[in-house]
Amino acid sequence: MTIRDPLAPESAPSEAGGAVAVEKPPPARTGARRAGGGKVTWRQALRKDWRLYTFLVLPVVFLIIFRYVPMLGNVIAFRRFRPGGSMFGDEWVGLYYIEMFINDPTFWRVFTNTLILGALTLIIVFPLPVVLALLLNELRSRKFKRFVQTVTYLPHFMSIVIVAGIVLQLTSLNGTINQILGAIGAEQISFMQEPSWFRPIYVSSEIWQTVGWGTILYLAALTTIDDQLYEAARIDGANRWRQTWHITLPGIRPTMVVLLILNIGTFMAVGFEKVLLLYNPLIFSTADVISTYLYRVGIQSGSYSYSTAIGLFEALIGLTLVMSANAISRRVVGSSLW
Amino acid sequence: MPDVSAVRRSTTAIKDTRGYRAFSVVNVVVLTLICALTLYPFINLVAKAFSSEGFIIAGQVNLIPRGFNITTFTAVLSDDMFWINYKNTVIYTVVATAIAIAMTTTFAYAISRKELKGRQFFIGLAVFTMFFSGGLIPNYLLINELGFKNTIWAIVIPNAISVFNLLIMKSFFENFPTELEEAAAIDGLSTYGVFFRIVIPLSKAVLATMVLFYAVAFWNSWFSAFLYLDRAELYPVTVYLRNLLAAATGTEGLGSDGAQIAANVQSVTMVLTVLPIICLYPFIQKYFVSGVMLGSVKG
Repeated sequence: MTIRDPLAPESAPSEAGGAVAVEKPPPARTGARRAGGGKVTWRQALRKDWRLYTFLVLPVVFLIIFRYVPMLGNVIAFRRFRPGGSMFGDEWVGLYYIEMFINDPTFWRVFTNTLILGALTLIIVFPLPVVLALLLNELRSRKFKRFVQTVTYLPHFMSIVIVAGIVLQLTSLNGTINQILGAIGAEQISFMQEPSWFRPIYVSSEIWQTVGWGTILYLAALTTIDDQLYEAARIDGANRWRQTWHITLPGIRPTMVVLLILNIGTFMAVGFEKVLLLYNPLIFSTADVISTYLYRVGIQSGSYSYSTAIGLFEALIGLTLVMSANAISRRVVGSSLW
Repeated sequence: MPDVSAVRRSTTAIKDTRGYRAFSVVNVVVLTLICALTLYPFINLVAKAFSSEGFIIAGQVNLIPRGFNITTFTAVLSDDMFWINYKNTVIYTVVATAIAIAMTTTFAYAISRKELKGRQFFIGLAVFTMFFSGGLIPNYLLINELGFKNTIWAIVIPNAISVFNLLIMKSFFENFPTELEEAAAIDGLSTYGVFFRIVIPLSKAVLATMVLFYAVAFWNSWFSAFLYLDRAELYPVTVYLRNLLAAATGTEGLGSDGAQIAANVQSVTMVLTVLPIICLYPFIQKYFVSGVMLGSVKG
């Protein structure tokens, strides 16, 4: 946890990203309130706040059973699982399953696909909500702004099954895209049978579905920027572009950093459900990703230990990425998730 | 300057440059285009739902239905399985949302109290699960082990706490004026009393947002049902729809006529599935915007 000087000027706007900002130095006043009390022992705390602790019981039990037990369940990546046996496996086999996927050519294909789709999503899809939020922010008409927000949020509320259905219809031989191609005299394309088309289709559908909703936290952060900053900048002769560059963007920077770190953390988990709904064996060469491969190997073929090994590898990469992103951002930008 | 309208942001007090006015026009045009592109797939979907199969196969349906018919609607609506699955979706959504709200609200309230000893530990316990998880197979084995397969519990319990929602609620409760609670405590209310009589009634906006977020997520979810339910009469409507799509466009019927013939049925089912969300959307939209703001903006 970074301890920031509470008087430093950056500390005010950095509070803006609060929705997902996980941990912050405690504000000075609580320190003052507690100062006289000294250290509270667990016994004292439990006696005084036992009712508050009862609120924690069910959620903590939930987290332990449904989040932490499966984490421990990852040990079957190193143990042989027998149908009907323990979910933690029955005997140690060491790195047998790890070696298995390292020597598995399909694994490396899906690994590459995952990296490419993840990178495309991060590079193309991540910045767009910032752009859209800035454009919305420049609108004078509140009604129009509301309208644009209402419309662009909508796809976020659709089931991934609906989104997949829409994508499949639009890209089908009699779908809109092929109608347009036909109208301009181009040849029709069976998009969902051509490996080269999967990535553009995936990324565009991702944009359609997430960009509008992605603006919501940036718009929230924008409302916290002090109008006096703009006034001062205008008096200094800054035009709108310079105001955006020097005031608006730094103002939403903490939110951007937090969301970027979170996005990097989910880098490896690229749209599992969407890919699963969209792909077919003809386009496996570009569409198959780690999580879908893992699903086929694990659930469909029942190789639980092998697919757990793959899943563990994937999760560890994700964890490493998010920790490094956090460390780098703390050093370079000065704001971080924790 | 008495004439400057108070509603507008003070930026308008200084005259805009010509460049900025040009930008404003382009901006409106661009945003209008974005709206059109966002809406088009929905309009196309509705158009296809009301069109006859022949026009869809010929690739002639865009914005307006061709060969208007509602026979497919009656066909889908008279399918018993559709209704059973639709009813399942409603039940799963209501039960799961109730569980999730109870868990998230109490947990968020407890970890928002600064005086709670071990607070950082409990926050960390939840937050860590955002970055590392057991993965598909260990979760699958756990659900099997617990005997949740082919029961409603596989759907409504394992996703009861979304850490993202938890953090929104936590920061909302943190901004709660402590004076109110202290006053209530002096008047003799216990923690439970403060929570149920003071905090909950004053948190309607954020609660409405959370109900919306969870309900929409559960309404839309399909994968846990797909994974843990084997019997068609237990499916939610999303799995019904997924099977329609898979039959037509998946590995089985790829490129065959199946894809063409099913287009109309698919569209109708999709329209019926999103209908409740579309109908409720205008009413709840204002809540979640303010709810997210309340949770995210430090005041």
